[in-house]
Amino acid sequence: MTDFLQLLISGLATGAIYALAAIGFTLLWQTSQTINFAQGEFVMVPAFLALIAMRWFGVPFVPSLLLAILGSMLLLGVAFRYVIVGPLIRRGVLPLVISTIALSILLKESVKDFYSAEAQTFPTLLPDTLITVAGVSVSLAQLGVLAVALVTIVLLQWFLAGTRTGRQMQATAQNPTVARILGVPVERMILYTFLINAALAAMASLLVSPIYLAKFSNGETLGLIAFVAAIVGGFNQVRGAIAGGLLIGVLDNLAAAYVSTAYRQAIPLILLVLVILFRPQGLLGRKEERAV
Amino acid sequence: MLRKTLAVAGLAIGGLWAPAGFAQDIVIPNIIELSGGGATVGAMWKNGSSMAVEEINASGGILGKKIKLEFIDTASDPGKARAAMQRALDDKPIAIFGPIYSGSVSATLKLTADAEVPQVMGGEAGPLTAQGSKYIFRTSFGQNVSMPKIANYLRDGVKAKTVAVVYVNNDFGKGGRDAITKELAARDIKVVADISTEAGQADFAADVIKLKGANADAIFVYLNEEESARFLREAKKQGLNKPLIGETTLLGQKVIELAGDAANGVKGHVGLTVDAPVPAIQEFGKKYEAKYKSKPDHNGVKGYIAPYMIKAAAEKAGKLDAKAIAAALHGMTITPDKVPGILIEATWDDKGEIDRISFLGEVKDGKQVITETLPKLNK
Repeated sequence: MTDFLQLLISGLATGAIYALAAIGFTLLWQTSQTINFAQGEFVMVPAFLALIAMRWFGVPFVPSLLLAILGSMLLLGVAFRYVIVGPLIRRGVLPLVISTIALSILLKESVKDFYSAEAQTFPTLLPDTLITVAGVSVSLAQLGVLAVALVTIVLLQWFLAGTRTGRQMQATAQNPTVARILGVPVERMILYTFLINAALAAMASLLVSPIYLAKFSNGETLGLIAFVAAIVGGFNQVRGAIAGGLLIGVLDNLAAAYVSTAYRQAIPLILLVLVILFRPQGLLGRKEERAV
Repeated sequence: MLRKTLAVAGLAIGGLWAPAGFAQDIVIPNIIELSGGGATVGAMWKNGSSMAVEEINASGGILGKKIKLEFIDTASDPGKARAAMQRALDDKPIAIFGPIYSGSVSATLKLTADAEVPQVMGGEAGPLTAQGSKYIFRTSFGQNVSMPKIANYLRDGVKAKTVAVVYVNNDFGKGGRDAITKELAARDIKVVADISTEAGQADFAADVIKLKGANADAIFVYLNEEESARFLREAKKQGLNKPLIGETTLLGQKVIELAGDAANGVKGHVGLTVDAPVPAIQEFGKKYEAKYKSKPDHNGVKGYIAPYMIKAAAEKAGKLDAKAIAAALHGMTITPDKVPGILIEATWDDKGEIDRISFLGEVKDGKQVITETLPKLNK
């Protein structure tokens, strides 16, 4: 039982990070039909922005984290929206998908060339202190990851459902034309989703790097898992992406412990195939409906 | 034809500005892991080999000719390594350095054998030297040499009756796992858990839980650098309190740097280290650190001795000919009093297997400490 709890908590902490990345997929899809295959790299880059601030310019740790989030919102939010998505979305979904794949390669290679090809240690906000409850040892850092991720997700849900801007974003997602007629500033709402996506990716980056080290190639697996999580949970629902992320995090650990470590990577993909076959809208998704 | 024309044009243009002697430099392709999972080992090897080449060139080169290294990235991918090797061999080099990952060496060793060009590589998987190539040379122990040493240590040093093995699911890891399992069985030590992990794996929670459940006397950890660090962090977090035993990598500088506190207490066999109680190798460590601002691990040393191997062999053969260099290296013992750059006396057998002294060590307060020196096998 303690083993199970241990696996569950580790899995939830990892899953929360997948969830943060997966939300980005649904947000961008809902408001601008963008499938961002550079999402994994969006989670990799902010850690390096923080490292650059710290190691090249000597900025202290906490301000560098804030700079990283800000930098990521400018670079991966505003610039991504206006330089890549804006001009390309008019040509349809496919050219945009291809260009996000190109963007992912560009980001990866840039970090490799301009920073380093090697894994980097990343300082953590929370100490590595261990807390042991009923035989389950959890590090404060891990609990912190889970807490920060969950608080972020709750705040996001509240923002989308409980504020005027959030509801305008919902309207934009459901029917941009009607929203525009009703006076919703659709373009601005779309920009907001890009900013939120970049901020969430930066959060995920700063949470995951102290545990798994910062490396230019981190985005490859993260992006793929987040994509699978978004599909499994439901590509058109933020809560679906959250559930999908947590589920895959836990499932990966349980599969490794109780099925076989050799096949752990296959389990999420098997789940993906089953979901596509039997519930294509995702576990929490709805058919043909859009909502953020 | 176009390629030839371009090459001639390139040479002609190059000749206009190149310093005298440039055209006569010997180019040695260095096909290594500069990105991907092996980036850490590739960077160390690159620095080590560059340093050796600078020293060799400063003291007159090899048989009067200067060496130039050409670095080619395999992206830690055997397919890319093979393609790069094919291209590099077209220019008929006198030797090839790399790759370092066993999988990539395995994909390329047939090419160098066919082209009859000596390949000085960093792979440690056992089967690499067992495929009959007359042109493959190790810079560190193969698993067929290191695993018996580890197994002896588990039996005599750790006094383990049961061992859990955790390995990475690639050529390096599987080769090591197969070799250690065989050696442990021969010593009546039982393998109670056999855990495969993925290259690039981030979360080791489940693996550590399995290891805790296995309750073995010792755990043999055979992973690549970054995964070793992540594993050690998770093991510390979950309070895994069994002896963690490794082979070279686990006690390496990069792992210590990435794992921090979690590396303390790790023990094992170290084939090659700058912390060895050998003045020449410590001196090398200091020079490297002064130049590259980081402490070299065994891959730095492996890269460093590669050019010196070729230099010694070429001088023994008396000519800069690939086939003659390979023939000279077989059965050759290079000693530091004649070739200081070799750092520790080493002998290559007719299969390209290396023999030299090695060490037992442990990590204390974030530093690798050598506790015992093991003699050469055939001495």
